[in-house]
Amino acid sequence: MIFDLDAVLLARLQFAFTISFHIIFPAFTIGLASWLAVVEGLWLKTGKEIYQEIYRMWIKVFAVAFGMGVVSGVVMSYQFGTNWSVFSDKVGNVIGPLLGYEVLTAFFLEASFLGIMLFGWGRVTKKMHFASTLIVAFGTLLSAFWILSANSWMQTPQGFEIRDDGLFYPTSWMEIIFNPSFFPRFFHMVTAAYLTTAFVVGAVGSYYLLKDKFREHAKVMVTMAMLMAFFVAPLQLVIGHEHGKNTMEHQPIKVAAMEGNWERGTNKPLYLFGIPNEETETTDYAIKVPNGASYVLTGKLDGEIPGLKDVAKEDRPPVAIVFWSFRVMVGLGMLMILTGLVAAVLFWRKKLFDYKLFQGWCILMGPAGFIAILAGWFVTEVGRQPFTAYGVLRTSESISPVIAEQVAISLALFVIIYTLIFGAGVYYMFKIWRKGPAIIGDGQKYYYDHSMEASMGRIISDEISDINEKGKK
Amino acid sequence: MLDFSGFLDLPLIWALLIATAVFLYVLLDGFDLGIGILFPLAPSNECRSRMMNSIAPFWDGNETWLVLGGGGLFAAFPLAYSIIMPALYMPIILMLLGLIFRGVAFEFRFKASEKRRWIWDSAFHFGSLTASFMQGVVLGNFIQGVEVTDRAFSGGALDWANGFALMTGIAVVFGYALLGSTWLIMKTEGITQLWARQVAKYSLVLVVFFMIVVSISTPFIDDRMLNVWFSFPNMIYLSVIPLITFICTIMLIRALRREYEYQPFLFSIALFLLCYIGFGISMYPWIVPFHFDIWQAAAVSTSQSILLIGTAIFLPIILAYTAFSFYTFRGKSSHEAMY
Ligand code: HDD
Ligand code: HEM
Ligand code: HEM
Repeated sequence: MIFDLDAVLLARLQFAFTISFHIIFPAFTIGLASWLAVVEGLWLKTGKEIYQEIYRMWIKVFAVAFGMGVVSGVVMSYQFGTNWSVFSDKVGNVIGPLLGYEVLTAFFLEASFLGIMLFGWGRVTKKMHFASTLIVAFGTLLSAFWILSANSWMQTPQGFEIRDDGLFYPTSWMEIIFNPSFFPRFFHMVTAAYLTTAFVVGAVGSYYLLKDKFREHAKVMVTMAMLMAFFVAPLQLVIGHEHGKNTMEHQPIKVAAMEGNWERGTNKPLYLFGIPNEETETTDYAIKVPNGASYVLTGKLDGEIPGLKDVAKEDRPPVAIVFWSFRVMVGLGMLMILTGLVAAVLFWRKKLFDYKLFQGWCILMGPAGFIAILAGWFVTEVGRQPFTAYGVLRTSESISPVIAEQVAISLALFVIIYTLIFGAGVYYMFKIWRKGPAIIGDGQKYYYDHSMEASMGRIISDEISDINEKGKK
Repeated sequence: MLDFSGFLDLPLIWALLIATAVFLYVLLDGFDLGIGILFPLAPSNECRSRMMNSIAPFWDGNETWLVLGGGGLFAAFPLAYSIIMPALYMPIILMLLGLIFRGVAFEFRFKASEKRRWIWDSAFHFGSLTASFMQGVVLGNFIQGVEVTDRAFSGGALDWANGFALMTGIAVVFGYALLGSTWLIMKTEGITQLWARQVAKYSLVLVVFFMIVVSISTPFIDDRMLNVWFSFPNMIYLSVIPLITFICTIMLIRALRREYEYQPFLFSIALFLLCYIGFGISMYPWIVPFHFDIWQAAAVSTSQSILLIGTAIFLPIILAYTAFSFYTFRGKSSHEAMY
């Protein structure tokens, strides 16, 4: 062997890569599904075709995102076994049922009604179609519920016992499902998904305004997106703050890494910038707010903050990744809040739709949510190291007995294929956005034009063209 | 804690449930993978669009049975999940990658320009082909069993690539082609249907050939399987299975000859079911063949109990709305983009 391949590292890299790829799509589909439900509801309520036009444009984006979410998700459900088989064997009794419930309650629901949502246009009544959209939206939230419960259990495990055989046995399902970090994580993630979607919708609307196309549609998109930014971005700060306090209680070392704090103590500063150094066990080149961390986390200037040195070196997570990812996430959160405030001021001055600089800004903020979500998950997951189930099961004890070369080959395949597919998916999304909504009356079809009878009619004309084609051969 | 093990044989129930999920997967995704396998052979581009439309509303739901199979195995038999997945690492990863290509093709194909459509047509075809073949390989390896030490896989990286498994891989590809073509007979008209009938006949010949080869060779892989099939009085009861299989094959040929629309699909399903039952009888009660049976590999009974409640409630609901979805998209499919 030329390279000394480390199977644990490779398996971690592969898992991190595939899950990071996966989460981009759920983050978008959870938000889009709920938003589409609102838009369709507005259409049914007001009867204004503009909502139908917006819906029909965005559902195409939704379909692309959902498709990619499904295929990358199916991969995830097998990765537990392929890469973390010992983990699966040990904790299967505990988190297996949670994933089972996710499939039973959420995945089938989403998958079946997605078919109706996408292709049932006109085949079912408007009400039934609306119901399908609602059900899909509900399904995505339910799916987030179960998977985040499983993940939170890995962060803050409880409700189990370890017996002589080294396996984990459940003792209380309530304690397992509603483990201490579940609620903050669930709300933080759902809000994150909504914000992510809002900024994408806002960016597309702003692009139309800037190009002076589809102004009416763009106004609806921008207004709805900015309402979200104005109300929900500050809410996210509050939820995130609660989440942090919760983490300090249950995973103090993770908080120490987020804050770049080495020594436990009071009156700890908040680092705005710094380079955590694991050799010297200091955070260098620091720009800090005195007493900041103590105040944010405990509410008191002299509150006590955990330090990384509280535990042995081999029990600490990689500090720099956690420290920096955390700053990226919070920084973007602040920019989102700022965007909402600026939008409110512009709206007040009746200039929301005419201020080119702001439109450019909104376009720049388009991908902000995705970056913040990935950064947030990096804080959470890397901060949990070196454990898979915090404090009770080490990552090095979770790995499958697979051969490093195999993991390396499959990792390479994943990287190449995901890049291709991702590139194509994004390309098609941009294509849909560039084309914009189809205006009803432009020869566009009305709702019932897609009905059974209509499509039967088309089949007959298809046959004629088939026959013509055959004749040509 | 909640525990039904006092009056229910939970591992047996779970084995049956997972077997059912896997069978539904094979059936449902089987016909749409089959369509992918046959895709390049179709007579025209319009035919291809129509083939795609006939499955577009269903493929995601169909694939979810695979997730239930995998997720159910993880939940109910974590030990089996944690041995089989690493043992079949490469075939499973390749199957998943195949499913990725074919899954995204549904969305991308209709959004691509005419000029680039071939890319997604090939992604659809080769993705389906790879996924089907790898599923057959997994099946073949499952039948032969994997090497195990203590509670973990201990074989080599390429153990899975053996002659028998490659053969079952090819067998599954033809099996799915049969399901796909008979589905098309049901869901299309005109030249697509004409062509599908032709394809169904060829596939059937190959399927029968592989059925015979696999059925004859399987019992000789392990003495225990040989005993199940060829000992007295089992042999008499079990001979019913080949007999019904034979009758079904005849009925299928007849249905194809007489140009029935629904019957070919139904008889193909019946053929699959019979093969599956035969396979189940051979494997029972192993879940990690020849190392752990379903009782040894079972999750703790409290875990199996809690999920059983969910299954009892949700499985009927899932079946109901799956049926509703098939009903909504009944009738012949068209070739136009459907949004
Ligand atoms: C916060 C939400 C969230 C998170 C953290 C995850 N997922 Fe996910 N997943 C979803 C939210 C979601 C979703 C919204 O339900 C998706 C996205 C698009 C879709 O089709 O459903 C989905 C799809 C999806 C599917 C396809 C379902 C189908 O066939 O319809 C599977 C098998 C998984 N996921 C499995 C996983 C696993 C094993 C994860 C962790 C390791 C995971 N997901 C993380
Ligand atoms: C969805 C967003 C998620 C992202 C972006 C994410 C990211 C990551 C990253 C970066 C790692 C590697 C950490 C390291 O090795 O240093 C990791 C590991 C892991 N994560 Fe997540 N994760 C997510 C969700 C989940 C969920 C929902 C679960 C389980 C229910 C989960 C289970 C695991 C496991 C088992 C590992 C491997 C063991 C380990 O390295 O600790 N992850 N994840
Ligand atoms: C505005 C200030 C914010 C604060 C104070 C904050 C706080 C936190 C904290 C403390 C964690 C880690 C919790 C743990 O691992 O125990 C976290 C994780 C996370 N954050 Fe934030 N966050 C903020 C903004 C955002 C924004 C804007 C997004 C995305 C749009 C986001 C998305 C996430 C995600 C996806 C995770 C990982 C999942 C989780 O553990 O909840 N956060 N956040």
